[in-house]
Amino acid sequence: MASHVPDIATFLTAQNAKGQLRFITCGSVDDGKSTLIGRLLHDSQAVLDDQLAAAQSESRKYGTQGDAVDLALLVDGLQAEREQGITIDVAYRYFETERRKFIAADTPGHEQYTRNMATGASNAELAVILVDARHGLQTQTRRHSFIVSLFGIRHVVLAVNKMDLLNYDEATFTAIADDYRAFARDLGISDVHCVPISALTGENVFTPAKFMAWYDGPSLMELLETVDVAAVAEEKPFRMPVQWVNRPNAEFRGFSGTISSGEIAVGDAIEALDSNRTAHVARVVGPSGDQERAVNGQAVTLVLDRNIDISRGDVLAAPGSGMAVADQFAAHIVWMSDTPMLPERAYTLRLASASATAQVTDLVHHVDVNTLDKLAAKTLQLNEVGYCKIALDRAIAFDPYVDNRQTGGFILIDKLTNHTVAAGTVDFALRRASNIVWHDMKIDKVARAAAAGQKPCVLWFTGLSGSGKSTVADRLEQKLHAAGRRTYLLDGDNVRHGLNKDLGFTDQDR
Amino acid sequence: MISDAETRDRADAAMHGSEALTHLDRLEAESIHIMREVAAEFRNPVMLYSVGKDSAVMLRLAQKAFAPGQLPFPLLHVDTTWKFREMIAYRDAMAEALGLELIVHTNSQGVADGVGPFTHGSRVHTDIMKTEALKQALDAGRYDAAFGGARRDEEKSRAKERIFSFRSKHHRWDPKAQRPELWNLYNARVAPGESVRVFPLSNWTELDIWQYILREDIPLVPLYFAAERPVVERDGTTIMVDDDRMPLDEGEKPEQRMVRFRTLGCYPLTGAVASSAATVEDIILELLADRSSERQGRVIDADQIGAMEKKKQEGYF
Ligand SMILES: Nc1nc2c(ncn2[C@@H]2O[C@H](COP(=O)(O)OP(=O)(O)O)[C@@H](O)[C@H]2O)c(=O)[nH]1
Repeated sequence: MASHVPDIATFLTAQNAKGQLRFITCGSVDDGKSTLIGRLLHDSQAVLDDQLAAAQSESRKYGTQGDAVDLALLVDGLQAEREQGITIDVAYRYFETERRKFIAADTPGHEQYTRNMATGASNAELAVILVDARHGLQTQTRRHSFIVSLFGIRHVVLAVNKMDLLNYDEATFTAIADDYRAFARDLGISDVHCVPISALTGENVFTPAKFMAWYDGPSLMELLETVDVAAVAEEKPFRMPVQWVNRPNAEFRGFSGTISSGEIAVGDAIEALDSNRTAHVARVVGPSGDQERAVNGQAVTLVLDRNIDISRGDVLAAPGSGMAVADQFAAHIVWMSDTPMLPERAYTLRLASASATAQVTDLVHHVDVNTLDKLAAKTLQLNEVGYCKIALDRAIAFDPYVDNRQTGGFILIDKLTNHTVAAGTVDFALRRASNIVWHDMKIDKVARAAAAGQKPCVLWFTGLSGSGKSTVADRLEQKLHAAGRRTYLLDGDNVRHGLNKDLGFTDQDR
Repeated sequence: MISDAETRDRADAAMHGSEALTHLDRLEAESIHIMREVAAEFRNPVMLYSVGKDSAVMLRLAQKAFAPGQLPFPLLHVDTTWKFREMIAYRDAMAEALGLELIVHTNSQGVADGVGPFTHGSRVHTDIMKTEALKQALDAGRYDAAFGGARRDEEKSRAKERIFSFRSKHHRWDPKAQRPELWNLYNARVAPGESVRVFPLSNWTELDIWQYILREDIPLVPLYFAAERPVVERDGTTIMVDDDRMPLDEGEKPEQRMVRFRTLGCYPLTGAVASSAATVEDIILELLADRSSERQGRVIDADQIGAMEKKKQEGYF
């Protein structure tokens, strides 16, 4: 027994070398998700004696595995929840292997739990999406993948489960994997791994495949242990939303926050948004005192070399690193309340450390989470995803969500009930930031006219929709072109495909 | 007071550069972030301080979150009057040494009614002297946020509780109507009278806690460490005789044994375990050993299941 226990120094060194992976598991009822999670907990020794004993005695009563332990019963509650039909929520589970420590958000798969899945997805670096090998990709697989891509999870492991029921057939797996890769590509998920497993027998979960000689890839656990999830955020420009101004006495004035991307060192220049002032970092105070530099993920307090007016809600950023400061943006939102979204209703928006009053001014479309079709909509119901424009009562600093989850993700809070009613991901800023100024260029209209040897002229075709403006203009342009004139035709519909893509047909947009 | 740990950490940081933050670093950062959110968003927060190891870690994290400033909220200890004497001594020494604002609340009606574990049983005692007392203290202080040191790995229902856990005017938790909690964005909005329990250690495991105590050199109540203590056996639980309020049965005689406590609470309701773990390192090793022995036990169980099946096949009923 004692031989299993390392000495303390070895143990601590090993612990310190371990990284952390936060992942989400998604699958629908009966895909085998509970069995898989039970398997992960069991095989990583995260299950204690009493828990296992309980599962054993339950197995005999309720289990589906005869006298063997039904691993699904290790995953507490969920079964009971399902029986009683009460809300199935995200459950967090903790286990570790020799290489990593894992925090798994176990999320329910049904469409009515899309909001719970979104909650789990928001902090996950990787998603394990489960499918039953007998059924292949299902509607729910698409839905899960869409939510995963919407919440910016870059790494997806498609676990093709119950391979034992298909005699570990290679062709079946390959077909499902190929299907899925094509689908994931359309969604823009960059890193996809497909793994054949049997959660029930443990085949290819922890232990390498025994019955699938044709499979030469890593086991599920090997993937979870090795997928490279770091780096990305560290190479990005520095961002730190200011949470708290620390001013204990006249000598010390620091700005506390968690670094959401990039790194910072003593001497570096920073810009405070939205005040646009710059300063240099005089001290970086970390959890254990002063340090030379700090990186993404650390909670620090920065002292600047000069007094500039900064408060909670501002962001300290690398100067000129392109952070938007605006009061309007386009975003996807997932509606999370039983009360439907009301355009024009004032909600409280929370983004990084900032708060503002927000209105959904324009619901561009509603995305059917099952087919990914874009549909016209006037409102959003619980669990529906929409693409919309949001207007704030003041400008705040933010990034597109694809660039930074912490400065591009937001929630909406109902002002009356105080409920969190939506989660959103910023797409892009809609109004130009006020610090962009017009630059006078040397080549002007006269110079261009001289070079082209023609008199500049704009012709504007107006008329009702469908009256033939595009057709007439097209013929005219052909004539002019044949005559050797330089022309360019700006067609209303064509412009809406590009430059004006984000504008609709409301009076304001027109 | 964090200066020892400070030097060691800086050496650590220099060693592994900034590349990967360790698991503990990430947990630490997350907890600090949560605490700063609470301080910034709530009108009147308080930290529930139970004097145990989780509270000790939570307190250290709070100091780090606001250093070099003081904690922007007081600590609240609900004293049932039945806590181990060493807990109270440690509590007062810590408050004194760290210059903390410590509020101690006791349900005075309960005291007047003579409520205690020996006379009223554990259920009534806990309800009146702990739960009711806590509500009284929270109402009296008109706190809109209260930090607690609970962890998700502790208990089943906790695995599903949010970090910001909303409470109604009557301090009730409704597991079916929890606010979605995304990224590190927390909804701190409450109506007057409502409040939020905040659990900054949600994602820590018991082993994480002990490793952090070791890394940061956090002082604890000595009861966590093995020593000779006077104990009696009651219904399979080893109870320490901490003062003369404990009625001894006829012939019952406290006996000196090497024991320690894994959790701390009211002494008549807290079981000791036989142990020789006298340091934090020993405790970590003990935790690890417990696990592996449990694993070993399991193998036997599995065998027995097989054996049972065989017996059945052989005609056993
Ligand atoms: N044959 C086989 N059955 C499995 C496997 N994984 C799960 N099952 C069974 O599929 C059923 C549903 O599993 P469960 O884990 O409860 O699914 P969940 O609803 O997704 O959590 C149960 O009867 C499991 O025993 C597998 O890999 N092979």
